[in-house]
Amino acid sequence: MLALVAVHALTAVIAPALVRLWGRNALYPVALAPGATLIWALSHTTGVRDGAPVVETVPWVPQLGLELAFRMGTLSWLMVVLVGGVGALVLAYSARYFRTDDPGLGRFAAVFVAFAGAMLGLVVADDLLLLYVFWELTTVFSYLLIGSDPAKRASRRAAMQALLVTTLGGLAMLAGFVMLGRHAGSFRWSEIAGNLPGGGYLTVAVVLILLGALSKSAIFPFSFWLPGAMAAPTPVSAYLHAAAMVKGGVFLVALLGPVLAEVTPWRPVLLTAGLITMFLGGWTALRQTDLKLLLAYGTVSQLGLLMVILGAGTRDTALAGAAMVLAHALFKATLFLTVGVIDHATGTRDLRQLSGLARRAPALAVVAGLAAASMAGLPPMAGFVAKEAAVDALLHGGGPDLLVLAGVVLGSALTVAYTLRFLWGAFARKPDVAPAEVAPVSWPFLTPAAALAVAGVAAGLLAPAVDRLLAPYADRFPGAAPGYHLALWHGLTPALGLSVLAVAGGAGLFHLLRRRERVSATLRLPFDSATGYTRVVGAVDRLAVELTGATQRGSLPFYLGVILVVLVLLPGGALLIGAPWPQRFHVWDTPLQGVAAAVVIVSAVLAARARRRLTAMILVGVAGYGTALLFILHGAPDLALTQFLVETVTIVMFVLVLRRLPVRFSERPIRSSRRGRVAIGVAVGAVTAGMAYVAAGSRQAIPVSVGFPDEAVSYGGGKNIVNVALVDIRAWDTMGEIAVLVVAATGVASLIFRRSGDLHRRADIPGGGRAESTRPRWLTTGATTRAQSVVLQVVTRLLFHAIVLFSIYLLFSGHNAPGGGFAAGLVAGLALAVRYLAGGRTELNGAAPVDAGVVLGAGLFVAVGTGVGAMLLGGEFLQSAVLDLHLPVLGHVHFVTSVFFDVGVYLIVVGLVLDILRSLGAEMDRQSETEDAETRERELV
Amino acid sequence: MTPNLTYVIVVGVLVAAGVTLLLERSLTRVLMGVILLGNGANLLLLTGGRAGGAPIVGTTDPEQMSDPLPQAMILTAIVITLGMTAFLLALAYRSWHLNGHDEVQDDVEDRRIMDLAIRDEGPGTADTEGGTGDGDDDGPVGGARPGADVVEAGRPG
Repeated sequence: MLALVAVHALTAVIAPALVRLWGRNALYPVALAPGATLIWALSHTTGVRDGAPVVETVPWVPQLGLELAFRMGTLSWLMVVLVGGVGALVLAYSARYFRTDDPGLGRFAAVFVAFAGAMLGLVVADDLLLLYVFWELTTVFSYLLIGSDPAKRASRRAAMQALLVTTLGGLAMLAGFVMLGRHAGSFRWSEIAGNLPGGGYLTVAVVLILLGALSKSAIFPFSFWLPGAMAAPTPVSAYLHAAAMVKGGVFLVALLGPVLAEVTPWRPVLLTAGLITMFLGGWTALRQTDLKLLLAYGTVSQLGLLMVILGAGTRDTALAGAAMVLAHALFKATLFLTVGVIDHATGTRDLRQLSGLARRAPALAVVAGLAAASMAGLPPMAGFVAKEAAVDALLHGGGPDLLVLAGVVLGSALTVAYTLRFLWGAFARKPDVAPAEVAPVSWPFLTPAAALAVAGVAAGLLAPAVDRLLAPYADRFPGAAPGYHLALWHGLTPALGLSVLAVAGGAGLFHLLRRRERVSATLRLPFDSATGYTRVVGAVDRLAVELTGATQRGSLPFYLGVILVVLVLLPGGALLIGAPWPQRFHVWDTPLQGVAAAVVIVSAVLAARARRRLTAMILVGVAGYGTALLFILHGAPDLALTQFLVETVTIVMFVLVLRRLPVRFSERPIRSSRRGRVAIGVAVGAVTAGMAYVAAGSRQAIPVSVGFPDEAVSYGGGKNIVNVALVDIRAWDTMGEIAVLVVAATGVASLIFRRSGDLHRRADIPGGGRAESTRPRWLTTGATTRAQSVVLQVVTRLLFHAIVLFSIYLLFSGHNAPGGGFAAGLVAGLALAVRYLAGGRTELNGAAPVDAGVVLGAGLFVAVGTGVGAMLLGGEFLQSAVLDLHLPVLGHVHFVTSVFFDVGVYLIVVGLVLDILRSLGAEMDRQSETEDAETRERELV
Repeated sequence: MTPNLTYVIVVGVLVAAGVTLLLERSLTRVLMGVILLGNGANLLLLTGGRAGGAPIVGTTDPEQMSDPLPQAMILTAIVITLGMTAFLLALAYRSWHLNGHDEVQDDVEDRRIMDLAIRDEGPGTADTEGGTGDGDDDGPVGGARPGADVVEAGRPG
């Protein structure tokens, strides 16, 4: 069965190419896919009839217990025959319905056959989750088919409506399936059916599943989408809305019925919704003037009838229901196809403009007449056999069944009435209407409809054979004794009498309404679920607008404020209520901490109040240096070193950028909003301080780092524990961090080097990326070019090499003493910064004639290479090894491989600083020079 | 372990000043807020480990060492803050270069939706029930009676 689904998928893929090749005739080979399905199903007829379902299981996701489980029992066999047979015939019909130059034909062929494949999967799936997947696939494909003319708003709206309604039901159904599966321990229906535990959940699950079935089959209150879907081309309506998609819900009810019919909500829901749908649909069909819409509402009505019969949930009604599914697919597809023929032959579907068609197109009239007779339930058609069975089964039921029976008979009368209206409207000669012009109908166009009509007659005549084929399904109902048999003639039974009554009543109703056409046209139903749909969709849209408007203010301070207020209220509240406030504390470790703290506090508060950018920047820097001081006093020399260096680089960066920005901050904010900011700030500060106090005081566990000193020496081969932690113990963390630095550097460069919309390559810009000289000379100290302090330039040149050398020392000594890749890289970066500040971008290029990106890339390469190298040597990623070598001249060398990793870190930090200097320094200089030059030129002109 | 009150106060002040600046609109101020906030967060981490001598084997007795783990975490955080500072500075400069100021503006699209919500316009209101005016020309679409106006006229051929 998987193979058949795959054949459909494959056909769908190649269908557009075939259509390009052969035009509309390509639909014939495309029809082979559903045709093959039909033949395959027919070849298994005997086996299925004798109670041996075709089973196929392919593992899918074994870890989740998901498998592609297929199973074709009697009911599935019936559906496969319909899906395949009607599908093939409708495709053959489409080969004459469309024109070769129809622009959407390739797409139509592909989607149609894909839909047929999904429908096939749906009816043979044994796993409920698999069934759901196919279910939603049919929804998606039907969306594409209904919206096959995307230029029409009506078509788009109808498609969206069908999609929303059926998907909503589908999701509810999925929830129901999951509930069933969880309780039964399996998602295979063949297994669930045997051992479904009872319980309250079952009620909920049944309601959810029925939601899916009712929405798919356009049952009240979801029936409105189906007439809308008539915007699709007629072949689509014939297939989706007669034989296939809308039968999905009916199929589901029929499939689950034998097990779930006894659960409380099953019968009341199905019988009520089905009866309402049957009346509404039938009554509305009587008012239609468009033949296709008349049939559409008729379909709604028939679907309601099917739900009623299958929902009754006994052996005999199930048999009647299965026969009704067969009959309905045959006659409704035929009628839709004939409407398409009429439309093409006369150019209209309006029954007020059609007259005398029976005489001009007798073959068409015969085909339509056969199908209509089946719809009205006249012998010897399949529709008659099925309806007899239903009426008889309900007659033998209890009290509620008799009530349902009355409804069914009344519904049948309505059916007869709108069938007559259809026949009269399409074919009768109307005295006050001019006879329609009829174009000749080619036989390939009519044949598919005729074949379906003949099948309907045959199914009626061969009722006993059909009975043998379908009875195995009905017998699955518990406690079923072989009772009723499908037959054309049961004798003069009460059922026959009721049938005659329905036909007579329907004919009477038709004549009554025909006389009073105007009255019936103005009759309106008191309510309309389509309006409900519009209201709900509108309300959801409105809610989205209001909610977005209320929460999505687009203001950064607002968002931050909300987050911070939540921080104050929730964790802050928890802190107040339940925190174990420590009773013991110490004011400081050493009084010097108090001094440093005072520096930090004063500068931070002043920074928050500063109005000039430079002042604020200096104060922030002082706060940073004060923090570094606290690090020293804490006993963290590495931190202090790094903090000092970072603070310095930060100040350099700020100075570079603040050159261009206004001296003062823009307009002071209004006082009240400023008060709000300060209030939030103080509150967040207080909560954070409270957290710090509580967290530090609550600590009781032994720190993780207790073993670090020993491990650092024995495994990491270094004495500086913080550095060993960075390059060895927590090396993965550092790896992530240097990657972030590379990203940040790239971001800076792209923000600054991006000018007037296009991104220049830095290397193309003179002095931007590389030194002007063709042969790069490293660390040069060439002629001074700019009118700057010569003394400063000379001094920095003298110091430059010493600083670089010092940075390299820091890098290699960092494993055993304060230092390491970060600090060393920052020192080297500062050396470059000093050169730049003293002599501008020429000096910078002289000092480092290399693209920052190359340095960054090299650093990342070295760092990752160290890790990969360790893996290649059989260790773990970034595992380090200690090497003790005896070299001839140098003597004993103690060497740890993680130093390479640190070299990578070093290069990345140097690259970051270089990138910052190039972007925020050199490139901004160049941009301002260009602007100045432009200004001067303008002044000269 | 007992909390160090000095740290607690410094953390509180740094965070308070940082948050106050963070809520401003000027990107330079926001950036300074981020830096102060970063320092506060680093100190918060430091509060979690005990103080002592430098965590270098051979220099300090392991019993007297400060806790090295928070230090390793803080060290990476410091350098990340540097990268972030550079990025935000570049952003501030670019904003100034393009707009003549470095203020964080409100999102225009969001404001438009807010206006719709305030004026009770847009999707889902009575005047737009038939669709949202997406500019096609196939005639009026009524909301109440489905089907009546959605059936196309068929394709002659």
